[in-house]
Amino acid sequence: MISVNNIQVIFGKGTPLQKQALNGVSLTIEQGSFVTVIGSNGAGKSTLLGVLAGDVLPSEGQVMIGKTDVSRKGTAARAGLVARVFQDPLTGSCGALSIEENLALAAKRGEARGLAAALGPKRREHFRERIAELNLGLENRMGDRMDLLSGGQRQAVSLVMATLAGSEVLLLDEHTAALDPGMAEFVMNLTQKIVSERKLTTMMVTHSMRQALDYGHRTIMLHGGEIVLDVAGDSRKELQVEDLIAMFRRIRGQTLDDDALLIG
Amino acid sequence: MSLIAFWGAVELGLVYAFVAVGVFLAFRVLDFPDLTVDGSFPLGAAVTAVLIIAGVNPWLAACVAMVAGAAAGIVTAMLNVRFKILNLLASILTMIALFSVNLRVMGKPNVALINADTMLSPFYGLGLRDFYVRPLFIGVLVVIAVIVVWRFLESDAGLAMRATGANARMARAQGVDTNRQIYLGMAISNALVAFGGALFAQTNGFADVTSGVGTIVVGLAAVIIGETLLGARGILIALIGCVLGSILYRIAIQLALSTDMLGLQASDLNFVTAALVTFALVLPRLRRGGAA
Ligand SMILES: Nc1ncnc2c1ncn2[C@@H]1O[C@H](COP(=O)(O)OP(=O)(O)OP(=O)(O)O)[C@@H](O)[C@H]1O
Ligand SMILES: [Mg+2]
Repeated sequence: MISVNNIQVIFGKGTPLQKQALNGVSLTIEQGSFVTVIGSNGAGKSTLLGVLAGDVLPSEGQVMIGKTDVSRKGTAARAGLVARVFQDPLTGSCGALSIEENLALAAKRGEARGLAAALGPKRREHFRERIAELNLGLENRMGDRMDLLSGGQRQAVSLVMATLAGSEVLLLDEHTAALDPGMAEFVMNLTQKIVSERKLTTMMVTHSMRQALDYGHRTIMLHGGEIVLDVAGDSRKELQVEDLIAMFRRIRGQTLDDDALLIG
Repeated sequence: MSLIAFWGAVELGLVYAFVAVGVFLAFRVLDFPDLTVDGSFPLGAAVTAVLIIAGVNPWLAACVAMVAGAAAGIVTAMLNVRFKILNLLASILTMIALFSVNLRVMGKPNVALINADTMLSPFYGLGLRDFYVRPLFIGVLVVIAVIVVWRFLESDAGLAMRATGANARMARAQGVDTNRQIYLGMAISNALVAFGGALFAQTNGFADVTSGVGTIVVGLAAVIIGETLLGARGILIALIGCVLGSILYRIAIQLALSTDMLGLQASDLNFVTAALVTFALVLPRLRRGGAA
């Protein structure tokens, strides 16, 4: 379960570039629920995920993951509760390490790391099996450096990495945005499979209205650091991509009007 | 080059192999350009020399030297992590400060260890000639150090350190406290360098404040020569490359100095080193250019 309460995030406070990225966001996501997040550029989507992951510590408000209050915990301290896949395939894995070393690193997420060999025969076999499930042929390249893989392959491995250690939540920030359409679909199907098999509480940011409605149980729209739409259940089923786009237009139009007022 | 000169070069190369491995940890594993070593090498020598003269067991003296080196590394890490000073600058500050510290430790610029018991003393009388004993003894220590560092870097803890240097954001997302890794890595790196300094003092019979000048370049030269020769094929190969690079570097220097034709003298060493490192840095690029 995720529960955030009245979150305030202000970047560059007290400087001319001060930016309120999140303004009083409150949200509760039940255990095992899959929420998609949409919103225009700069709406605060990544910031919200950052607040959950610990990259961004809010100036006000409370963040609960499961039963743990993580409001003041940094990224590393709460990593045991949070699995993530980033938008940039280069961010989520370590190019200088081999595929299996990346997996070994992820398998210990949130645990103490000792002096035992990271790649014993048992672990190697386990990693191999998990990678073989991808059907990308990567199981024969376990010793290859990660930076030899394509972006899509890296994202697929990142998804496997996200599930090696147990976690409360899975955070996906436009994790298919850098991929070609075919690979994007592959990664989305894989995401769907992993999320439903492992019943992960998931939050996925996307710019694709199609994805936002096709996947998950609930969709929220952010704008100007606030939640402006929150639909689930039947009302969500009835929602069409066109409706969302219209809503987008309307909200953007509103801000234009506001600006016009300010200038006028 | 005479036989004695050759084994002398090997011996010095093995002593500096500890520096090379330390530099490898800082520069390559942690991606931390650390100049502290110019201070922690003579620190290790100074601490060892002073303790041995005070009657302390030479092995214990070398251990204390390692602790002192680790402390120096931790200071640099703290300047960088806690006080957000740029890593290179942080290490220069520690290096400069260590010059004074080393003078304080020794009480004078130079301490001689003539006739004092060293780690090597028990091995001298066993029938092997001295100029073989020293490289053999240090070689064994180097092998042990390489194995320990290799096993560490391939452990879960070592993987965390490698990830910190290669992709800190990812490391944090995997629950790695990257700041702690920098402290730990800098401590290990400088402890190794200080141990090299301790060996230097014990094999050469003196400690000198100026013996640290250019340590970083020598270490870096060894790392780069190793990489150029063996390529990037995993941690163990890289570590072996450091040792090999360090030895070859010393032999190359010895050759250059002993060839009268070149007209070089000992004081040209730093220039030759800088030229060698530059060459080793440029060589891979030239090769790639040639292939394209
Ligand atoms: N580290 C930062 N420092 C200053 N401002 C920031 C920082 N991170 C984000 N912002 C600002 O906060 C606002 C929200 O950014 P955020 O990255 O959350 O948007 P987003 O919804 O993810 O947008 P996109 O769709 O472009 O990824 C933007 O105006 C952005 O410029
Ligand atoms: Mg974003």
